[in-house]
Amino acid sequence: MKDTLANTEKKTAYILTLPAVALVFAIILFPIFANVWISFKEVKLKDIRIPEPRAKKIIKYISEDPSKIKILYKLRNSSLLQEIREVSFQDKFPKNFEIEKLDPRCEFKKYALNCKFGNWPAKYKENFQVIFETNDGSKVDKKVLKSTKPKLDGTSDNILLNTNFTLKNFKKVLFDNEFVDLLLTTFYYTFFGTVGSIIFGILTAQMVNQKFYGRTFMRSVLLFPYVAPVVALAYTWELLLDPNSGTLNSLLINYQVIETPINLLGQKYIEINVLGFDFKLRLALTTVIMFEIWRYFPLAFLFILARLQAIPKELYEAADVDGASPFQKFFNITLPQITAVISILFMIRFIWNFNKFEDVFLLTGGASGTRTLPINVYQQGFSISDIGMGSAVSMVIVVLLLIFMFFYFKLLGKRVDEN
Amino acid sequence: MKTKNLILFTLISSFFLIFIVSIWKILATLQGLNITNFNLQIIFIFGVLISFANLRIGNKIKVFYKSIIFSLIFVICDGYIIQKLPLWYNIGIFLILYFFVNKINKYSFENLREQHSTQVIFFDFLTLFGILFFSFVILFPFYMMLITSFKTQIALLVNPLDFSINFGQDLKSLFKSYFVIFESYNFGRYILTSTIVSVGTVIITLIFAIPAAYAIARLNFFGKTFMSTSILIIYMFPAIVLVIPLYTIFSQLGLRNSIEGLLIVYTATTLPVAIYMLQGYFKSIPKELEEAAILDKLSWFGIITKIIIPLSIPAISSVALYVFMIAWNEFLFSLMFLDNPNSFTLSRAIQYLSGDAETPRQYLMAGSVIVTLPVLFIFVYFEKYLVSGLTAGSVKG
Repeated sequence: MKDTLANTEKKTAYILTLPAVALVFAIILFPIFANVWISFKEVKLKDIRIPEPRAKKIIKYISEDPSKIKILYKLRNSSLLQEIREVSFQDKFPKNFEIEKLDPRCEFKKYALNCKFGNWPAKYKENFQVIFETNDGSKVDKKVLKSTKPKLDGTSDNILLNTNFTLKNFKKVLFDNEFVDLLLTTFYYTFFGTVGSIIFGILTAQMVNQKFYGRTFMRSVLLFPYVAPVVALAYTWELLLDPNSGTLNSLLINYQVIETPINLLGQKYIEINVLGFDFKLRLALTTVIMFEIWRYFPLAFLFILARLQAIPKELYEAADVDGASPFQKFFNITLPQITAVISILFMIRFIWNFNKFEDVFLLTGGASGTRTLPINVYQQGFSISDIGMGSAVSMVIVVLLLIFMFFYFKLLGKRVDEN
Repeated sequence: MKTKNLILFTLISSFFLIFIVSIWKILATLQGLNITNFNLQIIFIFGVLISFANLRIGNKIKVFYKSIIFSLIFVICDGYIIQKLPLWYNIGIFLILYFFVNKINKYSFENLREQHSTQVIFFDFLTLFGILFFSFVILFPFYMMLITSFKTQIALLVNPLDFSINFGQDLKSLFKSYFVIFESYNFGRYILTSTIVSVGTVIITLIFAIPAAYAIARLNFFGKTFMSTSILIIYMFPAIVLVIPLYTIFSQLGLRNSIEGLLIVYTATTLPVAIYMLQGYFKSIPKELEEAAILDKLSWFGIITKIIIPLSIPAISSVALYVFMIAWNEFLFSLMFLDNPNSFTLSRAIQYLSGDAETPRQYLMAGSVIVTLPVLFIFVYFEKYLVSGLTAGSVKG
């Protein structure tokens, strides 16, 4: 009796979870495997379009006889590379139609023209012509004829499904001269973006944790950059930083801070002199990191604030009795209490910033030294139209990501043990 | 010791004064005033003098009168004699000074003698500074977005610093950019597409997630722990890795440029976090209710619809709002899958608009306002629900 109950429970559970599991499998897990597959193939963007047999129907009257009509089908193979095999063709006609001369490849049955065209090589083109007349001598209505469209069908090889594999993509990616630079850029972007957003998160959380007028309003405002659509924010920043008519440059020139406008998003390096040392700062990358910090510090803020509010008040009261200074209270009570949250946040943000695509893409498109790995996936796959290379780059991302995740879950596991 | 504290106090407070006056000056410049100098030295000297005088006077005069006197002196010296700016600017300066004097009023010579007083002062002013700084830095781009959408191309080019809006003109020319993007750029259609996609994603996600979350929260089955841990791992997997294979598969299946394709992808990417959030909440519902329902011979469908859903409306709404926001803001997949303007979502449409260098910037900003407003409105209105969603779904980038 108990056994059957457990069995029904199991069955119910599988029925309930099946749709979600199936969908996640199809859209998330399967593509990851597909990505591995594609990364070992030489596939270009134009290869992934399945070759299709196509026909364009053109209708013409013959001389003055309105009961006779000529139909021209412009047949072609849509692919410039691949053959289509066993092309079949079907078009339907009104009941009073009779065909004048039948092509040997076709037959006319039940008011339908069926043809078997055999194999079409790549770039194949043919003008296929049929003449019809009505058996009762009535006028042919062009509109009726135009409303039915011919159906074509055929089989072709799918370049994605064959088993020709190559290591070419990975060789190209890993031995590219710019690969080290690409990794470094990605690392700078990820690391400084993460650290910056956490520092700002701590500052703002500490701030909002005090009582002041308009505190709830402040809390909402601080989350605005995180919840607003990235497209809108990126273009607003672009307009703000524009060298010609941007508000920031105009303001700085107005107050005579700078003499000529600075192209914050379009200039790769800027020379900076600090304490007598000249060094080059990667300007566009810094700006993009600033945007990233601006957009994602709210998350750190939210987490740290929640943790701060959970710190027992007694700790601070005891510190007050001991005569601790505000700095001592911050470094000896607050900071140790939030280190766990900060380490989790660091890992989460690190992983996500590592994969961030939209922000950089919208601000600079990867130009002026801001090309990160995700941008490279897009550029390889869609700008250079090499799907295989794009996949190979994203495999590099996956591998690095798995390493990060390993550490993340180790950390998470440790934390769960502690609690 | 006392003099050191005194000097630090006056320094910190005058730097704070410089900061608020500078923000006000920037905002005034953006209203078309011709201010080319912050006059930092003068404000600094005034700051030091006022802080010191405030300490000396202490409570001999009522705070109200003291603030008014100080503010008037500052306004007359700085604003009226040196800069000769309009009245509204000086009223602003007056209010800032009034606020400032009220803030420093709580310090006295006795305070400064106390232990750690400089650190306390430093933290107090840092908080005030932070509030103003972050409000300014965060709200300014939004403010600029809104103002630019009301300007004309010529006005933007002639003086990029003029943020003033002429409210004297009729509504039609004020909202010209909005009319144009609706009439010539087909934004009505994009809004509709975005709404259908976002609402559709919410509905499908909930239909898939509620039963799955219930099973994970309540039922015992083989693979349950595996499933609940893999939810998070799957959620950490980035969209950029899925883009190329999904693009290839969707191209071959003819799902590109279709709302269905977007719906499937959005649902799949938001499902893990939705399940994760819901199962946490379902676990907190007392089991006794379901046990009673099982005695009443209710099927699992009955349990979910009659007990679980009514009891977890708060959690379901926060999931719904969170998923709506993700779907509405999503950009990467819409960039990849949509290249026919007829099936664009709002985000994709704005990006498409910006691709044409000829597109006037105020149209772009009008579009940005349209895509931002619903999200901010929902966020402010349902903040309580959304914040819990953001915290639970924190792994989303």
